[in-house]
Amino acid sequence: MNAYEIVLKSREKGRPTALKYIGSIVENFIELHGDRRFADDKAIVAGIGTISGMPVTVIGIEKGSDTHDKIAHNFGCAHPEGYRKAVRLMKEAEKFHRPVLCFVDTSGAYCGIGAEERGQSEAIAMSILDMIRLKTPTLTVIIGEGGSGGALGLSAADEVWITETSTYSVISPEGCASILWKDSSKVAEASECLKLTANDLLSLGAAERVLAEDGFSDSFFAGLKGEIYEFFKEKMKIPPEQLAEERYRRFRKF
Amino acid sequence: MKFDFRKFFFKKPKNELEGSENGVRTPESQFQDASIPEKLAEKCEKCGQIVLSDEFAANFGVCPKCGHYRKLDARARISMCADADTFEELFAEEEGGNPLNFPGYDEKLQSLREKTGEKEGVVCGIAKIGGVRCALFSMDYRFMMGSMGHTVGEKIAKTFEYATEHALPVVGFVLSGGARMHEGIISLMQMAKTSAAVAKHGEAGLLYISVLTDPTTGGVSASFAFEADIIMAEKGALIGFAGPRVIEQTIRQTLPEGFQRAEFIQEKGFADLIVERKEMKDKLALLLKMHCAEVLA
Ligand SMILES: [Zn+2]
Repeated sequence: MNAYEIVLKSREKGRPTALKYIGSIVENFIELHGDRRFADDKAIVAGIGTISGMPVTVIGIEKGSDTHDKIAHNFGCAHPEGYRKAVRLMKEAEKFHRPVLCFVDTSGAYCGIGAEERGQSEAIAMSILDMIRLKTPTLTVIIGEGGSGGALGLSAADEVWITETSTYSVISPEGCASILWKDSSKVAEASECLKLTANDLLSLGAAERVLAEDGFSDSFFAGLKGEIYEFFKEKMKIPPEQLAEERYRRFRKF
Repeated sequence: MKFDFRKFFFKKPKNELEGSENGVRTPESQFQDASIPEKLAEKCEKCGQIVLSDEFAANFGVCPKCGHYRKLDARARISMCADADTFEELFAEEEGGNPLNFPGYDEKLQSLREKTGEKEGVVCGIAKIGGVRCALFSMDYRFMMGSMGHTVGEKIAKTFEYATEHALPVVGFVLSGGARMHEGIISLMQMAKTSAAVAKHGEAGLLYISVLTDPTTGGVSASFAFEADIIMAEKGALIGFAGPRVIEQTIRQTLPEGFQRAEFIQEKGFADLIVERKEMKDKLALLLKMHCAEVLA
């Protein structure tokens, strides 16, 4: 597949969304709502559960499945209160020293009047800052689109894993083509130039693992669950201050 | 003030947020109108009235007729706010490449370096403001509208690390249309890298004041711009996550007057104070002094 085919694949209808990952990997999931400031943003689903018995905090950007569901989840475009909910629950995870698992799938944070009025910039900025200094293990798995700052807000993690046909980019290829070249027909070219595929990200050091897809069978999820469990088990052995320092260096290298 | 502002004034690019592509003017190009004697008088790009260059300079680039704020380049902003002859530049040698081999990017960087005399879109260093020593960074609109790629992020991160090591406050003059898309994911990672450096500086108990100027949008707004202890916004500045045109396209309606301007940002609770350009230095100096140990006594 070329880069543009991967872009299309990352957005494909019927692709498993965050709730499917949570349902397949996390046992005993209890959703926790709201930022305790303004509202509960349904574009971000979060809560606590267990992975093979290990308590974890889980945060996922949910695009929704059918039309009705997509509208309910605002197509996976979060508002400021979504990032503030995420930060609240990350801090809670830090307090009880349990790992944080994020699933990212968004074309970007929402662009609208309410989002601006409630400080989208500040919400994402503080989500990045707080996550990057969190004194508990963190892992982000990009499962579809990793759209710009809206994705990064939940990706300032110890490691970033990405499934084979997912993308992670500073801007959509459509946006890049129209802003840079004033030509929206150059989307395929922009997809190549932006180096946004899972394998590009691995070679650039922006992702640690590329997860092979097999059409998202039960064994895909079972395998991923095992890998996440092992990852957190190892990370839990590291002193929290050292974890934060290692994370600092992970991002400092760019 | 002895400093000659005239040589730092450039016309405001028409295309603010996408101005990175064609917004750069050379000092010569603003005097194309032969009826205006060069460097004696200029036409205000907002109200169209003729203003003496000396008057513009004395007024910190603010039009005396209509109050329009011209953009200041990175060094003009530093000269306006730092005590005379106290600025020492740091990390000036930092010069980025083309990490993704993005087509046309090398040429673009080359031509901007020639036009501006700057290697990249941010100037960093240490200076005194009102006698208080601080680290500072100042972003430059002439360099792709202050967009953040590796080098801009690197210099800003180094400024915070230097300040942390030397126990200095940081004053950041922010001006950016957002990410530098030619650097793809490397550009996005600068948001995380700079945020991490801001966080460590804050954990050391040190003060960071950001000064948001026109425009502060996109990836820069969603990182170090809004992570300061005190967020100052220059009067009238456009400040927001998404650019107004992107929002209008998304929601298919016209945005209200004043939307995303500094006054709106303060009203919504996201800026501590709005400052006029002429009072900026004094406000910064006072805030810095009040964070020093033995001050004001
Ligand atoms: Zn005027």
